[in-house]
Amino acid sequence: MAVAEGAVRPAKASWFYDARVRAVVYQVVMAGSVVFFFAWLTNNTLANLEQRGISSGFEFLNHPAGFGITFSLIEVSEASPYKRVFLVGVLNTLFVSAIGVVLATLLGFTLGVMRLSKNFIISRLAAVYLETFRNVPLLLQMLFWYTGVMLAFPTVRDAIIISDNVYLSIRGLNYPSIVPEPGFMAIPIAFVVGIVATIIMRKLVKRRRDATGQDFPTVWVGIGLVVGLPVLAALVTGLPWSRDIPELRGFNFRGGSVVIPEFMALLLALSMYTAAFIGEIVRAGIQAVSHGQSEAAHALGVKPSTTLRLVIIPQAMRIIIPPLISQYLNLVKNSSLAPVIGYQEITHLWAGTVLNQSGQALECMAMIMATYCVISLSISGIMNWYNARVALVER
Amino acid sequence: MKNTAILALGVGAAMFATAAYAGTVDDIKKRGELICGVTTGLAGFAAPNDKGEWAGFDVDVCRAVAAGVLGDSMKVKFVPTTGKSRFPALQSGEVDMLARNTTWTFDRDVKLGFEFAGVNFYDGQGFMVRKDLGVKSAMELDGATVCVTTGSTTELNLGDFFRANNMKYVPVVFEKSDEIRAGYIAGRCDAYTTDRSGLAAQRSQMPNPDAHVVLPEVISKEPLGPLVRHGDNQWGDVVRWTLNVMIIAEEKGLTAANVGGMLGSTNDPEVKRLLGGEGEYGARLGLSNDWAMNIIKQVGNYGESYERNIGPNTPVKLARGVNGPWNKGGILYSPPFR
Repeated sequence: MAVAEGAVRPAKASWFYDARVRAVVYQVVMAGSVVFFFAWLTNNTLANLEQRGISSGFEFLNHPAGFGITFSLIEVSEASPYKRVFLVGVLNTLFVSAIGVVLATLLGFTLGVMRLSKNFIISRLAAVYLETFRNVPLLLQMLFWYTGVMLAFPTVRDAIIISDNVYLSIRGLNYPSIVPEPGFMAIPIAFVVGIVATIIMRKLVKRRRDATGQDFPTVWVGIGLVVGLPVLAALVTGLPWSRDIPELRGFNFRGGSVVIPEFMALLLALSMYTAAFIGEIVRAGIQAVSHGQSEAAHALGVKPSTTLRLVIIPQAMRIIIPPLISQYLNLVKNSSLAPVIGYQEITHLWAGTVLNQSGQALECMAMIMATYCVISLSISGIMNWYNARVALVER
Repeated sequence: MKNTAILALGVGAAMFATAAYAGTVDDIKKRGELICGVTTGLAGFAAPNDKGEWAGFDVDVCRAVAAGVLGDSMKVKFVPTTGKSRFPALQSGEVDMLARNTTWTFDRDVKLGFEFAGVNFYDGQGFMVRKDLGVKSAMELDGATVCVTTGSTTELNLGDFFRANNMKYVPVVFEKSDEIRAGYIAGRCDAYTTDRSGLAAQRSQMPNPDAHVVLPEVISKEPLGPLVRHGDNQWGDVVRWTLNVMIIAEEKGLTAANVGGMLGSTNDPEVKRLLGGEGEYGARLGLSNDWAMNIIKQVGNYGESYERNIGPNTPVKLARGVNGPWNKGGILYSPPFR
């Protein structure tokens, strides 16, 4: 240690002016106050709850719920415990979101491509759609689809007969359901076999193409396998199912399955709204691919359809995927507007009905926030993985 | 407190609220207005009138409390609450009290941390259907689609009723009564279930009230009344005795019109005590001694409020029935004022 030198200028050695010491102090003070804030928050909450005589804890999850639910993917009754109701809510949210994402993506990509069409009418049509659905608030669109469209359908007695045993009324879309009989399992097995066979075929075809340059109609043969095998299995096992046909008895259709109007309205609103945004994302993605790319492909004599499939789309996808993730997340979160039209997803059931019946506001809100967090993180995890795959590989 | 109240869902409020919440009466006096939670709109009970002022049977309870505490029945801020938002609103302190068709149950009284100040309407749950369905009894509703409010005792009674009678039903669940009405009118459901007073109120709002019929079955007891938070007993007493004052006033024949001159003319000691002529009853509640006088003068007695808002001569057309004074065949019975 340079004792003599340091003793001459003590001021400089003062820890008070040492940038590193200061940095550490700031960090500690900051971390300390954050910890203190949350500790105070927790303590204050518990104290307030206790003082107001509000019981807390997750014990209520095992108590019977006691109320009926309009639509559920799993068996549920009034005697089911709250935790079952929670599962029903989560599944209902995932159900409408999953179908919504698929529909929105299909419609969105179609719109995005239409928007770029050289045909004036097609591109204008897409533009009008985009501007309309993008600029009207989602809540209004939901109310429109529900009160304006779904509730305007005729009563069950005057139901519209769409085709044999398929009825559309204010109570929803009633259609015959399929009841599996022995031997039915062969069909899903054949379906899985078809998918596996297609994947293997694709690899073999790619290897042969790389070696010899010979092409093979992978897509058509693949569709043939995935569709053909289950059909074959069904025929061989002698159509192992019976139909449960909806019949008008008493107040409602009995038998068969029903798509409730609340679900249809929510699905339509969510997918058509999100599709408008996806359409713009797709258009932007395609337009961002340098024109030189398609010209180069053209100069090499590649067909326009192949150019789109192998040159434009893969490059556009790199730009499309990140904002697409946000749109999927938005769709899932927007499904929480469902209570206004009476579709019982997790917000309606958990933050509405159960919160009220059990009075466990804090627990219910914590659970529902965690649920949305998990769903959203899962989606972005999957999409980020996909994004990493399609991203530009730099060498 | 104000900002946290906006978080509304009780969660936030329970987190940030400071422990001091006793002394609601003082808070109201300092603020100069009562904040009262009512329904989002139920004809006869709580709905804005053609002048844009809140009016109705439940609204009168809020007005009476304001008249008693502040001396002016108009110093009330009404906060519309749904079946879902009402309890967090009260728990968090966003409203001072609720007066909105809330059934007094064990869970709400004990577990949710509330105190019911009494019963201002004895009700029971029923079903309403279209006349042209030809249904005469709720026992014929097997397989029906039923519209119901979320988070209500109604929802639970509905499940119990159909289970007990081994019948099937499809619930269609909405948050607000006007959403349910729209669904019922459009035909989304065959039956509409809620408290019978609510059915009467909703029917009065329909395009053709005579096309709908309330079925005879009463499937539950629904004592509806105002409620406050646990823990501030003085405030609970004020609300309880405000309601009692209105009931006693009807029993004693005190009306908005005659109460002003009563103190001079009456020989009834209970009336004298009530109106502040004898004793310091108002002061014991932390109020002025003419608090009951103000209530009756500005809002009227129980019967007047009933006839004005939901009685047979209003569109809601509810007969007094059990909601009459005990000495006239009803079950309204206030503890003595002494």
